[in-house]
Amino acid sequence: MAEVSVQNVTKKFGSLKALDNVTMDFPDGGFFALLGPSGSGKTTLLRTIAGFIFTDGGTIRIGDQSVEHVPVEKRDIGMMFQNYALFPNMSVADNVGFGLRVRKVGAAEEKRRVGEALDLVQLGQHGDRKPHQLSGGQRQRVALARAMVTNPKVLLLDEPLSALDKALRIDMQVELKRIQREIGITTIFVTHDQEEALTLSDKIGILRDGRMVQAGPPRDVYNNPHDIFTAEFLGEANILSGKGDAPSALQSPGADIRLPSNAGTNPVLAVRPENMTITSAEPDEDGLSKMPAALVRRIFSGAMATCVLESNGTVFKVIARDQDIPDLPEGGQVWLSWDANKTITIPSNVS
Amino acid sequence: MSGKLLSQLGKLWLALILFFLYAPIIVMAVMSFNESQYYQLPFEFSMRWYEKLAANAEIIDAASRSVMIAVVTTIIATLLGTAASVALFRFDFPGKRFLQVMLFPPIAIPWLITGTAMLIFFFGVGLGRGTPSVIIGHVALALPYVIVVVSARLATFDVTLEEAARSMGANGWTVTTRVTLPWISSGIIAGALFAFAVSFDQFVVSYFLSEPGDSTLPVLIYTSIRKGFTPEINAISTIIIVVSMAVMLFAARFSNFGGER
Repeated sequence: MAEVSVQNVTKKFGSLKALDNVTMDFPDGGFFALLGPSGSGKTTLLRTIAGFIFTDGGTIRIGDQSVEHVPVEKRDIGMMFQNYALFPNMSVADNVGFGLRVRKVGAAEEKRRVGEALDLVQLGQHGDRKPHQLSGGQRQRVALARAMVTNPKVLLLDEPLSALDKALRIDMQVELKRIQREIGITTIFVTHDQEEALTLSDKIGILRDGRMVQAGPPRDVYNNPHDIFTAEFLGEANILSGKGDAPSALQSPGADIRLPSNAGTNPVLAVRPENMTITSAEPDEDGLSKMPAALVRRIFSGAMATCVLESNGTVFKVIARDQDIPDLPEGGQVWLSWDANKTITIPSNVS
Repeated sequence: MSGKLLSQLGKLWLALILFFLYAPIIVMAVMSFNESQYYQLPFEFSMRWYEKLAANAEIIDAASRSVMIAVVTTIIATLLGTAASVALFRFDFPGKRFLQVMLFPPIAIPWLITGTAMLIFFFGVGLGRGTPSVIIGHVALALPYVIVVVSARLATFDVTLEEAARSMGANGWTVTTRVTLPWISSGIIAGALFAFAVSFDQFVVSYFLSEPGDSTLPVLIYTSIRKGFTPEINAISTIIIVVSMAVMLFAARFSNFGGER
């Protein structure tokens, strides 16, 4: 187990900069997410750390070793692939034991460690099966056991849960986190699912167009996004002002919006949908920002409801407990309010 | 026309194809057991032609030479062809597309022309006629078939399996022998069968390149027919058909010719 460090890494494919001066630290034992839309370079970064891709510039360290010129097979990594890449001609136990046989650990040692790894992923009884006899979730566990059995320095997961259906995915998130905590292995995973990134990781790196836009603990990144892209990509955001030519909600007639102290002139301001409240009458508590708005649509989804509102040409989204939303017809006039402290100032207006 | 009628016409068509394909072979096999030299009926069972065949040193000699050449050709063409397929699959290099395209004409060019060219070439380089020339010629003919069949199987191979093996510390040799080759083994078997068939059935190129007195079986059969047909030829042909069908069925039992299992 080891820390991983990526410094100023650049990779070009022809004229396309797949990675543009990317820097991120992955401290020992942590669980890290690389998040971004497709084409953002997140998978390229993972494969560069793995060693399938060599960098054009910059340094990558795994533990105390510089690995830019070390091929995959010598980097001592464990990797889990999106399609699991289980060897179809081998049994589950032979799949898991592959890395151990390559390392020539001996039959008895192999059997013991394969058994331990399969027990860890709760598949102790399935060693004799072939991959095609397993369910998707079981295959995923085999792939995980196979990636961990050699005690690699770092575990790399490429979209680990994307092939599973939603219920199974949530089970596996819990399971993955438990196993990672139990082993304490530095783990880096790629995902395009922001919820998965927020749920699992100690630190998120957000990539866009080959650049690391922002890296930090999930709550930090969520509460203090550095730009509009991050604000809208990680969770949802109602941008109040400063987004290009979009009308500014600050000018809505009747709006009373308190600017944060760090707003400055021409600020980019945003509010998360779950921090807004809808009331039928104008609220009069202190410390609230508020504005009149029209309720355009109300979408019921069980415990929660999503409302779409409009005020002076700006569209807002509000997520609240269904019972907390006044029972008004669509098109009715309401008040939108939020704790003024919940207004986020976004430092960069690059979108 | 109704679908039912179409489907019945289809069945009739299939039956006709099978009839024209197998009827001559069945007639030949039956006649190899007929006493009469001139295909006279009524049929009278006899092993006479098989006994004559066993005593015919010339045919036995040609048959064993044919088998030897086919086996050597199969081994060389399968090894080279598999290696070439893996290289074409795994690496990108200048001229790769050209090389792949150039694999197909040898399958399409008439063997008569290939054979003439080979004869001129082998005399040109001083090798002349003889069994080594025959083997080289057969390997050249069989190689494209092996590469096409093995490459078709490789196209179904998931490269992430190789990546997975490498991530677990396996070097190129281990990846190839433990992951890639097991996957394409059915393609390799099918390719080897093709190579064997191309060599064992080969008449034109063998006829041009073999020395008189060192004939392969097809060449010997051809020259014997010119001299006068004997049911011994039926007998050896029947043996060959039984053996090759057995091999085909055996191979089909373990692979389905490059397709998905």
